[in-house]
Amino acid sequence: MSGHEWLDEEAGPVVRAFWLTGGRTASDNRTDLDLMTLVVRTPEPVYGSLLLSPEHEAILDLAHQPLTVAEVASALDLAVGVVRVLLGDLLNDRRITVRRPSSVARFPTTRIIEEVIHGLQAL
Amino acid sequence: MDSRPSEAELAVKILVAGGFGAGKTTMVASVSEMRPLRTEEQLTERSIGVDDLEGVERKTTTTVAMDFGRITLRTGLVLYLFGTPGQDRFWFMWDELAEGALGAVVLVDTRRLADCFASIDYFERRGLPFIIGVNTFEGAKPYTPEDIRIALDLDPEIPVINCDARSRESTRQVLITLMGHVMTAMARR
Ligand SMILES: Nc1nc2c(ncn2[C@@H]2O[C@H](COP(=O)(O)OP(=O)(O)O)[C@@H](O)[C@H]2O)c(=O)[nH]1
Ligand SMILES: [Mg+2]
Repeated sequence: MSGHEWLDEEAGPVVRAFWLTGGRTASDNRTDLDLMTLVVRTPEPVYGSLLLSPEHEAILDLAHQPLTVAEVASALDLAVGVVRVLLGDLLNDRRITVRRPSSVARFPTTRIIEEVIHGLQAL
Repeated sequence: MDSRPSEAELAVKILVAGGFGAGKTTMVASVSEMRPLRTEEQLTERSIGVDDLEGVERKTTTTVAMDFGRITLRTGLVLYLFGTPGQDRFWFMWDELAEGALGAVVLVDTRRLADCFASIDYFERRGLPFIIGVNTFEGAKPYTPEDIRIALDLDPEIPVINCDARSRESTRQVLITLMGHVMTAMARR
């Protein structure tokens, strides 16, 4: 059986997810926060109204440098859906900004693809 | 935490698809510069049944793991690899994964050739350039790339190459082949 792929039986992550998000789920997800969206911490200190959880703090620690939503989820070992909710909180509080690194993906130029090939050859 | 990223200014996204056990997790891990990480996507599915008659919408939550890897090509240029979920139940996740992807590798286990049909159909319909990586498993009959091309009814321009997902070098070659194909596909547009 595909035990390592299927976590359905493990209530743990789901219960934890519910707890972290206060039960907020998909409907609260920010659909603009796709897996490749870059997250970066706002440089100036902000004094927002958000009560920061350890997970919010952990995201802010990571986001000193831009990183993707997927990386945040991986680093914190949280479901992407949960991370989206948490990022949404931080966005509302203007503690982070997000931007989509879409230029390559959507309008790849020959030059960038050549650069990727050269980069792979040099690995 | 060893997942501190470099400046991910330009992100290139590539998918690794194929049936269950075809080597997706192995391939992503073989080239990723960080400990193999998996992101979990929390899913909310509507269950259709008796409840609907009562106007009650019941939701069940499951968690599915995705493979995720990163290769920094230079400062400001990062390649991300995403393994696709192998199960049919998670087709709807593919749209998000495929969004913004440059191309895909479809891994084929020749002992279970049919397992990759769905992935091929999906990428063809979406118009996403893909190549076929034929994983060499012990005990599998040796096939030539041409045999595979015929069996999968592939267009002649789609590269079919043998690979070993466990090998970083082999995986690197697969990715280089894919990018070459992406380039050709772009030129044709
Ligand atoms: N002989 C051989 N075994 C492989 C290769 N790629 C993966 N495997 C093995 O096949 C099994 C399934 O691989 P996995 O990456 O988990 O497949 P996935 O379900 O597509 O993610 C693992 O035990 C791997 O070690 C390969 O290229 N050659
Ligand atoms: Mg796997």
